[in-house]
Amino acid sequence: MTTPTKELELVSVTKRYGTTVAVDAIDHKFQPGGYACLLGPSGCGKSSTLRMIAGHETVSEGSILLGGADISDLPPAKRGTAMMFQNYALFPHLSVAENVAFSLKMRGDDKANRLKKAGEMLELVDLSALSDRLPDQLSGGQQQRVALARALITRPQVLLLDEPLSALDPFLRIRMRGELRKLQRELGISFVHVTHGQDEALALADEIVVMNNAVIEQAGNARDVFNAPTTAFVAQFIGGHNVIALPEGCFAIRTDAVGVLRSETGKLQGSISAVEYQGAHVSVSARIAGDQEISALIPEDTFFNNPFNPGDQVGLIWDDANLHKLTA
Amino acid sequence: MALPIMAVLVFFLVLPILMIVTVSFWQATEFSIIPAFDLENYEFLFGSNVTYRVFFNTFKYAFITWVFTLSIGFTVAYFLAFHVRSLTWQIVLFLLCTIPFWTSNIIRMISWIPFLGRNGIANSTLISWGVIDEPLDWLLFSDFAVILAFVHLYTLFMVVPIFNTMMRIDKSLIEAARDAGASGTQILWNVIIPLTKPGIMIGTIFVVTLVMGDFITVRFMSGSQSANVGRLISNDIALLAYPSASATAVVLLLTVLIVIGILLRFVDIRKEL
Repeated sequence: MTTPTKELELVSVTKRYGTTVAVDAIDHKFQPGGYACLLGPSGCGKSSTLRMIAGHETVSEGSILLGGADISDLPPAKRGTAMMFQNYALFPHLSVAENVAFSLKMRGDDKANRLKKAGEMLELVDLSALSDRLPDQLSGGQQQRVALARALITRPQVLLLDEPLSALDPFLRIRMRGELRKLQRELGISFVHVTHGQDEALALADEIVVMNNAVIEQAGNARDVFNAPTTAFVAQFIGGHNVIALPEGCFAIRTDAVGVLRSETGKLQGSISAVEYQGAHVSVSARIAGDQEISALIPEDTFFNNPFNPGDQVGLIWDDANLHKLTA
Repeated sequence: MALPIMAVLVFFLVLPILMIVTVSFWQATEFSIIPAFDLENYEFLFGSNVTYRVFFNTFKYAFITWVFTLSIGFTVAYFLAFHVRSLTWQIVLFLLCTIPFWTSNIIRMISWIPFLGRNGIANSTLISWGVIDEPLDWLLFSDFAVILAFVHLYTLFMVVPIFNTMMRIDKSLIEAARDAGASGTQILWNVIIPLTKPGIMIGTIFVVTLVMGDFITVRFMSGSQSANVGRLISNDIALLAYPSASATAVVLLLTVLIVIGILLRFVDIRKEL
């Protein structure tokens, strides 16, 4: 199934609801055939962006291009995109097979043909045995696979996923994200996945697009965004970072690049405010001058060889090469 | 909690019905009623041609009224549920639908009479527009008038359950259907109507039972020219022929129960209750 994949591009796409701007003139070119995550807090405009790409919201200004063609004014089914909804939106009165075959029925395919194709799709998501069940009779994970099969049966160029894992329990979430990633590799089409979970984005994405307040804060491949956040918002949202205001400006540094010394030396002095055991690591928070808090992630054995307690006076050290200057 | 409710049901529902069934086997003369166990009332009922004509007429009213209340009720509910976006407006418009119910059935019915009469508003308006030369006779005291009144009286009983079911349809299902390329009509037939069936069925039960049990509307609006089963019973009561009225009532009750039984075979309404 290696069809040449078309490139999805947003050109100063804007969404206004009355006077509020939900998405403010964003530009982005998605990697063709890649797994992209739109990451951000709720209300940042990521869902509106996805829904505009899907065609379920009109674009107030700007264009959405797929393979160079402007699809902004096309109806959802004519765009070459398909959407998987947050609560899966399976038709409760139709069997699994009929749900998957729904778009073929709308297109006018005859029954034998559409059920055969639905069967192939269900095989892909490993649900052939349940094709006669109603959605109510399925578990959350199974419902999600039906929703996937239904979205994929139209052979879309781009699959849009709106917080697809948020309805699942944590254990299933990790399993399903593995399946999503595997499926995307097999199909070789672009996935655009909206999430507010940074761990989900890091685990899945080739490309992370961090949004906040209706604009894109930073976009790039997962490692680049994690290792070199450019703004304080990204550093805080992606997790695992301290944002420190130093005389030379604002910097981000990974929590595991900070060391703690039992003396009043080091680059900054402070007192331990909290110690949290996290299994492989221990997270130590220290309050420093200027009412800032810095966390250090210390390997468990190192910490317990020389444990700290809240209230201890300590010095903090790091390698300046690990500091990243933040623009905002 | 179950016991008092049972007591109320037994006292106000089961006992009266048992009473009617018992009386339906009694004998009656012009001036007296005699307790007995006699099938005479039923024999007379099933032996008479009038009974079959009147039952047929009752079904005819019920069916035609059902067709109109369903099409109007579905349209109104659809508009309220899917085209009115804000909840405030939905509530305002919904209350607007209930305004006619602030007065009694009879007053609403009687107010049609000056409108539809030979020299009524409808005829004089049509004449002044030049649409007709002679007043239309069939506007009042006709089957047309009866069905018009039924539709006017009972459409809300269709709107309410259908609207209620439609409001429970997840809006993302409509988007999912559109995402799959469904047109507006396809969404209506493949998603909205199947999911609204329980509401349609509840509305149908309301309308069918109300129309089949009615007698006053038929009397007023047909000018006593048409009959349904309710009028048959009310005439018997007027003649103090209680046993005969009871027998007709028992047959009507069984007929309505059979109709509902058949309707419930088609749609499972348990989820709605």
